[in-house]
Amino acid sequence: MPILTFIVNGTAREVDVLASDFLASVLRERLGLTGTKIGCNEAECGICTVLVDGVPVNSCIYPALKAAGRAITTIEGLAEGERLHPLQQAFVDHGAVQCGFCTPGLIMTGKALLEQKAEPSDDDIKHALKDTYCRCTGYISVINAIKDAARSKGTSEPHFTPNLPRTVAPLNYVGRPLPRPDAVAKVTGAAKYTDDYVFEGMLYGATKRAGVPHARILSIDTSRARALPGVRAVLTHADVPGRNLHGLVIHDWPVLCHDKVRYVGDAVALVAADTQAIAHAAADLIDVTYELLPVVDNPVDALLPGAPLVHETPPAGSYVHGNELKHIFVNKGDVDAALQASDIVVTGEYQTATTEHAFLEPECSIGPITPDGRFEITVGSQIPYADRQQVAAALGIEEKQIRIKGALVGGGFGGKEDIAAQIHVALLAQATGHPVKILYRRDESLVFHPKRHAVKFTLSVGAMKDGRLNAMKIELWGDAGAYASLSDKVMTRAATHASGPYDVPHVKIDCHAVYTNNVPTGAFRGFGVTQSAFAIESALDEMARKLKMDPIRLREINALKIGSTTNTGAEIREAAGLIKCIDAVRGEFERDLAAAGLTSAGPRAWREGNKAYGWGFACAYKNTGLGGGAADRSEVEVEAYEDGTAEVRTSAAEIGQGLPGVLAAIAAEELGIPFKNVRVLLSDTDLTPDGGPTTASRQTYVTGNAARLSSIKLREKLAEVAAEMLDVTPRDVRFENGMARNHNGQVSIGDVVTQAKREGRSTRLSNAYLAPETKPLGTGGDMHFAFSYAAQAALVEVNLDTGEVACKKIISATDVGRAINPLALQGQVEGGIVMCMGNALTEEYIIEKGVPFTNKFARYKMPSIKHTPEIASFIIEDPAADGPYGAKGVGEISSIPTTPAITNAIFEACGVRVTRLPVDQDLLLLTMKARN
Amino acid sequence: MTTGINHYHLPATLNDALALLAKHNGAARVIGGGTDYFVDDARESGPDRPEALVDVTRMAGWQDVRSEDGFIVIGCGATHAQIVASPLVRVGGTALMESCGLIGGPQVRNVGTLMGNIAHALPAADGTLALLALGGEIAVAGGTAEAPGLVWMPLALAFRGPGKSAIDSARQIIVAARFVPTGPNEGSAFARIMRPQGVALPIAGLACRVTLRGDEIASAAIAVGPVAPTPFRAAQTEAFLAGKPATSESIETASAILLSESKLRTSPHRATAEYRREVLPVLLREAMLNAIARAAV
Repeated sequence: MPILTFIVNGTAREVDVLASDFLASVLRERLGLTGTKIGCNEAECGICTVLVDGVPVNSCIYPALKAAGRAITTIEGLAEGERLHPLQQAFVDHGAVQCGFCTPGLIMTGKALLEQKAEPSDDDIKHALKDTYCRCTGYISVINAIKDAARSKGTSEPHFTPNLPRTVAPLNYVGRPLPRPDAVAKVTGAAKYTDDYVFEGMLYGATKRAGVPHARILSIDTSRARALPGVRAVLTHADVPGRNLHGLVIHDWPVLCHDKVRYVGDAVALVAADTQAIAHAAADLIDVTYELLPVVDNPVDALLPGAPLVHETPPAGSYVHGNELKHIFVNKGDVDAALQASDIVVTGEYQTATTEHAFLEPECSIGPITPDGRFEITVGSQIPYADRQQVAAALGIEEKQIRIKGALVGGGFGGKEDIAAQIHVALLAQATGHPVKILYRRDESLVFHPKRHAVKFTLSVGAMKDGRLNAMKIELWGDAGAYASLSDKVMTRAATHASGPYDVPHVKIDCHAVYTNNVPTGAFRGFGVTQSAFAIESALDEMARKLKMDPIRLREINALKIGSTTNTGAEIREAAGLIKCIDAVRGEFERDLAAAGLTSAGPRAWREGNKAYGWGFACAYKNTGLGGGAADRSEVEVEAYEDGTAEVRTSAAEIGQGLPGVLAAIAAEELGIPFKNVRVLLSDTDLTPDGGPTTASRQTYVTGNAARLSSIKLREKLAEVAAEMLDVTPRDVRFENGMARNHNGQVSIGDVVTQAKREGRSTRLSNAYLAPETKPLGTGGDMHFAFSYAAQAALVEVNLDTGEVACKKIISATDVGRAINPLALQGQVEGGIVMCMGNALTEEYIIEKGVPFTNKFARYKMPSIKHTPEIASFIIEDPAADGPYGAKGVGEISSIPTTPAITNAIFEACGVRVTRLPVDQDLLLLTMKARN
Repeated sequence: MTTGINHYHLPATLNDALALLAKHNGAARVIGGGTDYFVDDARESGPDRPEALVDVTRMAGWQDVRSEDGFIVIGCGATHAQIVASPLVRVGGTALMESCGLIGGPQVRNVGTLMGNIAHALPAADGTLALLALGGEIAVAGGTAEAPGLVWMPLALAFRGPGKSAIDSARQIIVAARFVPTGPNEGSAFARIMRPQGVALPIAGLACRVTLRGDEIASAAIAVGPVAPTPFRAAQTEAFLAGKPATSESIETASAILLSESKLRTSPHRATAEYRREVLPVLLREAMLNAIARAAV
């Protein structure tokens, strides 16, 4: 074995390597420097960046032996003891750290830049970080952090103040831009994600995938794989002891396929081996013979008579009919008559693309088995308790035999709600008696996990001459792919939000969620509403044009407000901030137009040489919480300690959105314990109660409320003890700044805890919160307990010679009820906008006749720092009575209106209506040319 | 993740590198930065997976960009970043600076090499097009047993087809490239267009080198891709432009000739032939006007 001699973070190292090793794996696996992350193995995402003699390189494809004699700097080499490097501190203070998985790459790339340019401009930063991706932040905080760090050089105790939108006056902790509790670990590389864990005796698993979109399995021969030295187990469907199906709503997804395969990513067999390379080699040696079946690759064809059936027998307990997974109806009034009676009717057909979450951390699970036969599965998952349930069912054991231990999650966006390898590692651990790790390679992740639904829409929208919307008739076909995942729920949300955040008296919506042989589709930030917003907001722009009315005015006239009734029959009674959002955006928009010498009365478009510019506008709303009659419950445990600290515990996932900071602020607020003394423990089914799924923008509201209630109840218990210590009544005790206080004096909360324990009282308390009841679709009443609202304007530039489109500025106003943490909120807003800009302009998961073309990051372009537009962000706080401090959901809303705002702007700029996403510069140019 | 090879050599001299190739007798591959090689789908499972890689980026004398005998010489160890940063290239081969600055991202350019791109033989490779327009040559070592020395050959002869090189990377090394720098009354430029979705390959790229004589174009060298199986010199367009006024009108007329001698096709997930027909004149105009402006300084 060759020896690699090099210098790592200032220390000379000698390490045995293989000729075939890359630098990233040597750093991570041989030297334990797991701060360097691997996102793609193809030099596309840049998060593996380390410095070689000061120069940034992608360590994932940098041959280890090429580093001979060189000095390597990794993220672990930046801080000096406890003292963070100014860049690290700036990332913390600016909120440039969210899920944290890309953070080491961004910081290392930034560091190399600062070595070259002491005072980099925005352009310098965009140039240097062009290929270092971040999926959470939207990059603006990253740019600000690097610029601030540059300015701070030489100062000893840097502290950076981010530029945040105005919010209402803060309380002690709630409403303040506090840095996230896990930020320091994430900027130093100490933060651990699933693949960073190594267990004694750990084996590596690999999955044999179908490779064909639809086929009957004739035989599976594992003999060649079993014969490969180093292979410890090979499993097929025959080895699944329990229910060989999983699924969050409908159990239709085989753990290991037995009779047929329904999409290319279907799992057919599993291997455990001594190394990852052996495991993958063995999986390739499994011989499966198939009888290929006809492929159905779009939802419209799948509903035709005689279409191949994806599921020949409807899954148990489902509404499935043929390939139709669910037919969803919304009916309000008499739409046909109302369309006839309308002065103007606009019709249209729109198609959205399948898109990929592109979380930068590929899925990973590790399945240790304890001496007493329990499974302890480490995984970064959005729904730990659902994982536990599904693993138990597949193994045929009780749920309490399984512990799901959440690792940090390197981005989710809805893509880590379904089962990935959680069941598979448990099966392999059971078969081998060893812990087994399965890490998906990027190509496998792209092929396997559920995506955002491609949806086809047809619409007829009727309005009166004065601009009042009168009728909307909409039909949707959503491509559910091979398995249900959350298609039922996503397409329901697409349907109920299809008429937009408007009060329309007559609505009829028909929505089909349809099985195909494409990759399954499920949850993705926006949950169906991203798609609907594109269709309806495009149609409304067409309507405004026909009415010769300001498109903003048209939306204002029809906006949902207090007293309005939604298309599902729910009355809006509170917290309807849409009109305030519209006003905020319009104000900034008019200032911008004036600066360009225009007014909002005239065209919102102009030309400079071969560039056409235009402003577009769109609105959106999004439910907070599960709704539709589902019990929306979360439980939070809070414990106070003798050292004056507290811990908040719940199984709710932190996927970059900032939940630990929200929960810590709430507990700090109610317990009067300083924010820094509140720890948050998430997602361990043995230690933390069920916080419910991290989906539907629900955690701040539902788990936030549970944290608040538990903290209040714990404070009340502590007040009884403190009251005796201070000789007053409990209600006279104030808890603030770590002290229990009264005019008589004060004692520290730690001492109160000590006294309580002495008295045998518990200082731990668990409390569940049940969100207000909702009603199922079709029954009228409140289908959701809260909605968030947003309005956005987009400025685009269209190159008239090439059809290239760039988004230059977004003005955003978001009604979130209450900003619990303005810093985290800013990240959610900017990140949502940039992600949705990708949905409009760059992102398309290409799959042809069931076969993914997008099998690597090089074939899936998400926005890079170069795409980041200027963002002017306004926060509207129209409080929800039942939300914690008035808060509503924020995770999805900002990402919804961006796409139609951009496509409406394109129409303003060059007169071409985009009806299919993403914007195709080829088609755009040829359309423009055909007109001239 | 591994490269699946058994030896990784980092020879310190050209002779060492050639000796290693001889020792492995066809079972080794020469690589530069590896930024193309390691992301190539075919490399891991293909039947001719090499047993060894010979990394030629550390060979003494071949790691820099230098001026020699009236040429700018770029060694096979020079990275794209080195080329972009070279004052020689900035002045004497602007098209090459521009094109290498567009390859990949900064991390890739810090490792990737121009010789590696040439060996990869893609018809629309940015750096290759620029070098072709500049009239570049490459030095190949290890030709045959009879002629083991260093042979300079025109760059155009390095390509056999899309992804097919005339250089045998199991036995030969592209040690360097060179071109005569642009002088007074000369300029060069590069332009390309990408698509955000689909493949990460340019829709089209175009490089040119222009010599002015007063207000007219004395000569123009134009390299364009992908309009043929290999990087393409637009000879008819070049011939037309020679002697024409250095104006937009001349370039406009030349566009029609460029389109007529280009074989434009539709590439899935990249571009339609119709779109390429629209943007090729845009690229010609942009690159020519920039090159003319530089020549006129």
